[in-house]
Amino acid sequence: MSRAGHTQKGMIKMDELIQVQNLTKIFKSGLVGGYFTTAVDDISFDIHKSEIISLVGESGSGKTTVGRLILRLLKPSLGKITYEGIDISTLRGKKLKEYYKHVQGIFQDPFASFNPIFKVDRVFDLLFDSYLKDKVGKKNDLIVESLEKVGLNSLDILGKYPHQLSGGQLQRILIARTFLLDTKLLIADELISMLDASTRVDVLNILGNLRDKEKMSVLFITHDLSLGYYISDTTMIMYMGNLVEFGKTKLVFDNPLHPYTRMLLSSVPEIGRKWKKSELEMKRGEVPIGGCPYFDRCPLAMDVCRKKPILKELEKDHKVACYAAEGVKSDDSIPVGKSHNS
Amino acid sequence: MAKLLDVKDYKVYYQTLKGQVKAVDGVNFFVNEDEVFGIAGESGCGKSTLGNSLIYLKAPMRYAGGSAILDENDISKFTDERMRKMRFEKISIIPQFAMDAMSPTKKIKNIVVDLVKEHDKKMSEKDIIDLAIERFKMIGLSGNVMNMYSIELSGGMKQRVVMVISTLLNPRILIADEITSALDVSSQKFSVEMLEEFKDKQFVSSVIFITHDISVLYQIADRIMIMYAGHVVEIANTEDIVSKPLHPYTKLLISSLPKMGIQFSQKQLIGIPGYPPNLLNPPKGCRFYDRCPLRIDPQKCQNEIPPLVEYSPGRYVACWAYTKGNDKNG
Repeated sequence: MSRAGHTQKGMIKMDELIQVQNLTKIFKSGLVGGYFTTAVDDISFDIHKSEIISLVGESGSGKTTVGRLILRLLKPSLGKITYEGIDISTLRGKKLKEYYKHVQGIFQDPFASFNPIFKVDRVFDLLFDSYLKDKVGKKNDLIVESLEKVGLNSLDILGKYPHQLSGGQLQRILIARTFLLDTKLLIADELISMLDASTRVDVLNILGNLRDKEKMSVLFITHDLSLGYYISDTTMIMYMGNLVEFGKTKLVFDNPLHPYTRMLLSSVPEIGRKWKKSELEMKRGEVPIGGCPYFDRCPLAMDVCRKKPILKELEKDHKVACYAAEGVKSDDSIPVGKSHNS
Repeated sequence: MAKLLDVKDYKVYYQTLKGQVKAVDGVNFFVNEDEVFGIAGESGCGKSTLGNSLIYLKAPMRYAGGSAILDENDISKFTDERMRKMRFEKISIIPQFAMDAMSPTKKIKNIVVDLVKEHDKKMSEKDIIDLAIERFKMIGLSGNVMNMYSIELSGGMKQRVVMVISTLLNPRILIADEITSALDVSSQKFSVEMLEEFKDKQFVSSVIFITHDISVLYQIADRIMIMYAGHVVEIANTEDIVSKPLHPYTKLLISSLPKMGIQFSQKQLIGIPGYPPNLLNPPKGCRFYDRCPLRIDPQKCQNEIPPLVEYSPGRYVACWAYTKGNDKNG
């Protein structure tokens, strides 16, 4: 394993596992000429050891892209990601393999993660073939033990085809793999979105136990705020490629400071609390270049918002990128157009 | 309140090579006029099959018994020809994955005009287009949408277009099948509000809202029906279902939902151990028996299907713990 926590800035605590610095990803679309989409726009954050950090955003916010960048499935356009102090873009060969042992991804659709024509055992076989050659002797015991850790009985699982198992069982099998690999960071991208309510929380609890017992970290990517609240230590709210609010989960949810976070929280369907009738959401019809990404929809937009606010720590462990939240006042509130959000 | 739709002992099976999958197996419920009736359950419980079968009983779905009376007509026994007349005019659906429901090679305008002409030959093309544009505007879409192809629209816009098309002829009942499932929270709220507005404006009388998400139903439904493995386990008004559930399944389901204010580090929620039964060969008795922590009368629970009884006025539950004959058993 590589040395922990040395960085060029020299002032970083020892327990950072991943550091994301000024990460930017721009996609080019179209064959000729084409246009550019900034999916991730200059974001920085750390993932600590034994931390569950949720990355919350709506579809198109860039949250999945962040996960894919950390998994090296995409190359950053700007900025870098370090793992235990080493820039992951420099990893090659054995080092890269080592990285994938420590950083694993699990995605939304469990049925797409398994090859339907092979038995599920294959996902374990592949592991032992490429990562765990030295442990082949104890293969069976290790598999049984890892399945037990995620609450599965190997007799119900091994020898079956993916279609014979439920989505919840398949996701747990993938989590079981991380025990075998001694994974340090799990990128869980909408891991439980396709699972039923009655099995969802069990999978979440497994993540909680992974953190507490195995000291694993999880980047929990989700659009579901209530799930993020339940399981994570830290919450990041992402909007159009930008981190707009970032902090300890309880602080972000109990005292949301960004107007976007507030809007999201008020839209969460909850038992025991009826939705307030929303005011027609207005769109100004413009996002000023270099301005606040939420300008278009923000009820509090001011002239100063034409320049993009940066994340500022407004209370301990709670950062927000919003002038209004900072207390900047301005008389020039900007009228909103009459059209609906589309 | 008058009953608009009355469904009795209704059964829909899937014909497969291995036999019949009893996806909807003797359900009883009714939908009142001017109400939102929610149907909730896990995947595979039969809720979507139920909704779809009321609209279009397409193979491999097969009608296997019972009745579904809409305005004094038993639509479950209608021929395809007669049902064609009912569909869209009396009973309509916003299908699951509505976003993919529109032909990509036709302009929205043509889809709308073709569909309406099929049903109401008196309306002129101009009237149809005007009506559609009026409705589009109501939900914040510009009339230009009419000249676009479905692939030019975003997911949220498509959903709204389908919503407008489905209700264009003011059907009595609209079945909304998982319309919020693929959406972000802010769009979920928007869709639900749109549906409420359509109901207020009398474009539809009643809505059957099918979803796996009880917290969304809490926002919109007047009454909720909980299904499990092809059976109805409980029906009650929304407040009773969420705050005083009767059936052990409903209780466990509600308690397993993450709520704001509860964190793993303070209080661990628990799911429901086990899995629903295979409906190709369902168990003889209560279908929840395997996972049930109560099993009030194990012998009976395992061997006899509990009937849906009216436990108190308006509250229906199918569990041996709540049947009169079982009082003496405990």
